[in-house]
Amino acid sequence: MAWTLALPELVLALCGLAILLIGVLPKRDTFFPMAMAVTGSLLLAAVLVLGQQEGVALNGLYVADSFSSFMKVLALIGAALGLLLALDYNTRERLNRFEYPVLVLFATLGMMVMISANDLMSVYLGLELLSLPLYVMAAFDRDAGRSAEAGLKYFVLGALASGLLLYGASLVYGFAGTTNFDRLAAAFAAQEGVSPGVVVGLVFVMAGLAFKISAVPFHMWTPDVYEGAPTPVTAFFAAAPKVAALALLARVLLGPFADLAAQWQQVVVLISIASMLLGAFAAIGQRNLKRLMAYSSIGHVGYALMGLAVVSDVGLRGLIVYIAIYVFMNIGAFAVLVAMRRSGRAVEQVEDLAGLGRTDPAMALWMAVFMFSMAGIPPLAGFFGKLYVFLAAVQGGYWTLAVIGVLTSVVAAYYYLRIVKVMYFDQPPEAALERAPPSLSVVMATTGLFNLAFCLFPAPMLAAAGIAAAALLG
Amino acid sequence: MIAAAAFYLFAAILIASAVMVVTARNPVHSVLFLILAFFNAAALFLIAGAEFLAMILVIVYVGAVAVLFLFVVMMLDIDFARLREGFQRYAPIGAIVGGILFLELVLVLGAWTFADQAEALRIAPTPPSPVTNTEALGLLLYTDYIYLFQAAGLILLVAMIGAIVLTLRGRPAMRRQNIAVQIARSGSVAAEKVPVGAGIRELGIRRPPPPEETRRLAEPAHGEADHGERH
Repeated sequence: MAWTLALPELVLALCGLAILLIGVLPKRDTFFPMAMAVTGSLLLAAVLVLGQQEGVALNGLYVADSFSSFMKVLALIGAALGLLLALDYNTRERLNRFEYPVLVLFATLGMMVMISANDLMSVYLGLELLSLPLYVMAAFDRDAGRSAEAGLKYFVLGALASGLLLYGASLVYGFAGTTNFDRLAAAFAAQEGVSPGVVVGLVFVMAGLAFKISAVPFHMWTPDVYEGAPTPVTAFFAAAPKVAALALLARVLLGPFADLAAQWQQVVVLISIASMLLGAFAAIGQRNLKRLMAYSSIGHVGYALMGLAVVSDVGLRGLIVYIAIYVFMNIGAFAVLVAMRRSGRAVEQVEDLAGLGRTDPAMALWMAVFMFSMAGIPPLAGFFGKLYVFLAAVQGGYWTLAVIGVLTSVVAAYYYLRIVKVMYFDQPPEAALERAPPSLSVVMATTGLFNLAFCLFPAPMLAAAGIAAAALLG
Repeated sequence: MIAAAAFYLFAAILIASAVMVVTARNPVHSVLFLILAFFNAAALFLIAGAEFLAMILVIVYVGAVAVLFLFVVMMLDIDFARLREGFQRYAPIGAIVGGILFLELVLVLGAWTFADQAEALRIAPTPPSPVTNTEALGLLLYTDYIYLFQAAGLILLVAMIGAIVLTLRGRPAMRRQNIAVQIARSGSVAAEKVPVGAGIRELGIRRPPPPEETRRLAEPAHGEADHGERH
């Protein structure tokens, strides 16, 4: 049993325990050093993931391949950037308790367990290890009613989703006789028809995972939780966990249940279309930026799922590229949201951005880049993300999906461009927004440059995504 | 022969103490009989060869659950005589429900068969006899499924961190020894000479200055200490 295969997870877990131990001892404020230590641990884990061998280990519960490496590195980078967003905000809002970075670390560990899951039991435990810190983080501003409400709402609905997933997993186990992905795949490949119990179980498992990626019709929690949670927490929610949950969904559907594609494909198509439509239309009326981003993330998940609905290597590659670009767009946009402060108070309405083009041109420029990228305007990264999933849909003959995707992205462009319009053409109020602190400026610039420069050097990511997709489809 | 005798002994005590749990007037006696019942059930498990289950029963049920019950019973002022008031009235309905349950159990046990392939399909079959069942469970838990075991442990750790993060507050009213304040005080305490051997009957009891005065002296240092604690 090659337990060393899981070295990145082991190292990350040990780092987390050590940081927890060290953080408890001093009476002083240890938020900043601990956050730096956690960022370091996440990057160390990313390096270890890159050097990881491939194979199945730990009694078939754990798998490492190119797909898991790509997704893990992405999740780790997303988590590290998400943590950087919290540095300044948490100190100002007096949320600078050292448990915050530790929770981020354990949530990220949960994501890695999910991405590497090769058994329904690892899926469940990874999902719980991810969800539990997220519930706590949503309620981290415990004295604010909104934050506590967000945490409680997320917890109750998340518990329901976990229950659905477990119920589905137990049905699959009952009807297929195993929870191991390899054996499930072999069992479904061997037999002719499929028993209805497995299909019902599969649908329940998909429902549980769709909750985590907040795809319609399991999206109800998203706007409220995104709005109520502290802004850096929302930024964290919107990036890394989505990577892990989408990776897990792709692995579950294309791994053990690949032979049941006829059964789950229609469900994914439906979820994808519904998410794109809701993301496009529900965000139009939103005045709160965090709610707007919540609906926007629902829409983005819809586009990403289009790649999965096509069931081909091109489609899967499109999904991988899309989610990678989505992480960088989203973290960047949230860096601007976190930086929005007026006279010492955090503000989050669209109107609060008015006149930003004159008062803080750098921040306005980056926000414009992220908004154009999310809308899918050609030279920016977001365009390529959409391009590859639409391309896959067209190549696979799924014209309905592609047409709906194009139309909804036109509708969605309205509210992204409205933000740009507010920034550049509206009158600034008397008190301008405060300058962004250096940590946020760095994140904005890094992700902004990624969005700008992706069109020049798309090859490495496309190649890596292609290899990852090939590894999953075998 | 001895095993059979032991079985009947433990079984008889188990049933007798179970009856006492329900009928004892004093709730504390009820819990104590419950502990006795657990012990006898553990002994029955031992006779059946399930030593792990027996030990777990003693450790978990007697060590934790029963003691918890005892605490709850002693701390809450429950009037059990009052709770039992309706017993006579509800007894017939209870008897009917119990009878139906019993009948159903008999039917289920009568018609129950194992599926043919159940034995072969088990993921973790019972190992051959030289392996004790504690060892077999340990092999499964700590060797085959060590990954899941550790992940579950981390989930519990996160739950603990979460509970502390969301509920623990520094208590400003709590009195702690503050050495800096103590040392800084030294100038404010007047040392005075008293006649040796006079005794308090003549001198009276010297009291410390009233609390307002001390607080005023210590205030700046306290403010700093609070500030440090809150983080």
